[in-house]
Amino acid sequence: MIRGIANAIEGLGHRILSSIANLGKTGVFLGTSVLYTFIPPLKFGRVIKQISFIGVKSSLIVILTGAFTGMVLTLQSYYGMEKFGAEALLGPAVALSLVRELGPVISALMITGRAGSALAAEIGIMRISEQIDAMEVMALNPYRYLIVPNLLAGIISFPLLASIFNVVGIYGGYLVGVQLLGVSEGSYFGEMINFIDMQEIRIGLYKSLSFGLIVTWISCYKGFHATYGAEGVSKATTEAVVTSSVLVLVWDYFLTSVMF
Amino acid sequence: MIEVIDLHKSLNGIHVLKGINFKVEKGEILALMGKSGHGKSVLLKHIVGIMKPDRGKILIDGEDISTSRGSALERLRKKFGFLFQGGALFDSINVFENVAFPLQEKTHMEKEKIREKVLRELEQVGLPGVENKYPAELSGGMKKRVALARCLCTDPEIMLFDEPTTGLDPVTARSINNLIKETHDRIRFTGVMITHDINQVISIVQKVAVLDTGTIEFTGTPEEIRTTQDPMVRQFFNDNELCENR
Repeated sequence: MIRGIANAIEGLGHRILSSIANLGKTGVFLGTSVLYTFIPPLKFGRVIKQISFIGVKSSLIVILTGAFTGMVLTLQSYYGMEKFGAEALLGPAVALSLVRELGPVISALMITGRAGSALAAEIGIMRISEQIDAMEVMALNPYRYLIVPNLLAGIISFPLLASIFNVVGIYGGYLVGVQLLGVSEGSYFGEMINFIDMQEIRIGLYKSLSFGLIVTWISCYKGFHATYGAEGVSKATTEAVVTSSVLVLVWDYFLTSVMF
Repeated sequence: MIEVIDLHKSLNGIHVLKGINFKVEKGEILALMGKSGHGKSVLLKHIVGIMKPDRGKILIDGEDISTSRGSALERLRKKFGFLFQGGALFDSINVFENVAFPLQEKTHMEKEKIREKVLRELEQVGLPGVENKYPAELSGGMKKRVALARCLCTDPEIMLFDEPTTGLDPVTARSINNLIKETHDRIRFTGVMITHDINQVISIVQKVAVLDTGTIEFTGTPEEIRTTQDPMVRQFFNDNELCENR
């Protein structure tokens, strides 16, 4: 009985220690990556390639989700605003929600699903097929070749994609609000200028920039430390998506409460 | 020269390497034999500094690679070529780019010179004309040849081979072994080769070491391994002879 309790406490302690160690490893991984970002040479070609992979290739899914998010947001907002006779503020309401909150968050979640999972899987396969070891044996630094370009590409691509998401979302809202529900075009766009200033746009951009770092950091970390076999890569990919998505939402709440 | 002194390593609580000691003189090739899962690949990764020991030293030309960091480690690693079991070719780039990769990244060679060298290395491993193919388009034997070309193009002083012929048909295996022998005759690298088939490499290597349950149980010349009375080593060697006679 006592031995069983002792074993359970020991197991719990072991799990806590292992979680703390993993947290430390994740932090060291980010620190090392940031360090190599500032130590030349920067692999500029690889940064461009990864911007294409994370950014350009995610644009279609971001446009699609942006359009439908704007449309449903308008529909839902109109339903509530009509009750108070505030349809004229539909445009600013949609734009504010998109620019400050939905644009950065939903685009980050979509890119996590598309590019974050692919990054974790690609780096994970490189790990289990010893390609990363081969790189090290050639006296080449895998952080410089694999991780730094992805982090930079994430930081650059996420704000751009969030901006695309916002613009498409606002036009999606325009289609539903103005063309379908009959809100006047002048009030939909005209009022936006009065309610949205550069500060709102900056908040959204800061958010998506930090999401870019979080998603690429976690995805690269999970892939880089993938254990052996197909199961290891599959686990790394799942963990990358789940952890990145949760962290995006937690960090979003934290930033919103700070910048509110 | 490679000298491993009292090397210990535990992985996931299992003591894998329990005080490994051996020495490979300059220009010599050591065949490392042993059962699967007994730490041969782990030992090879320690020699090149990818893994760090819990205790012990790995001296490369007198410098301990296990404690080297930064530029010192980079300088030591430039001496190495490592032929991984699966080739470890970068699958997102083609054969030419794979072989050229270390030259482009680590030397100041002109593009034209790199091109000439890569094509020459590919020809030497018997694969002219494959430079535009991707690793996924190659057979297992071709992948190992390309990987060998990638290792050799930097003219390494030390070559490590992790089961270079495992999983290949006897003809391809023999051709890869011949290729290693020819290259050794040409550039006299120092080498460590993990193998399960001593008969195939007996003409290539100058020394044989047998790793069993985390320790080196036997070290000697290929002739000595043939005549040893050690039952564990004999069993290993006889198994190979048996396979060859079948």
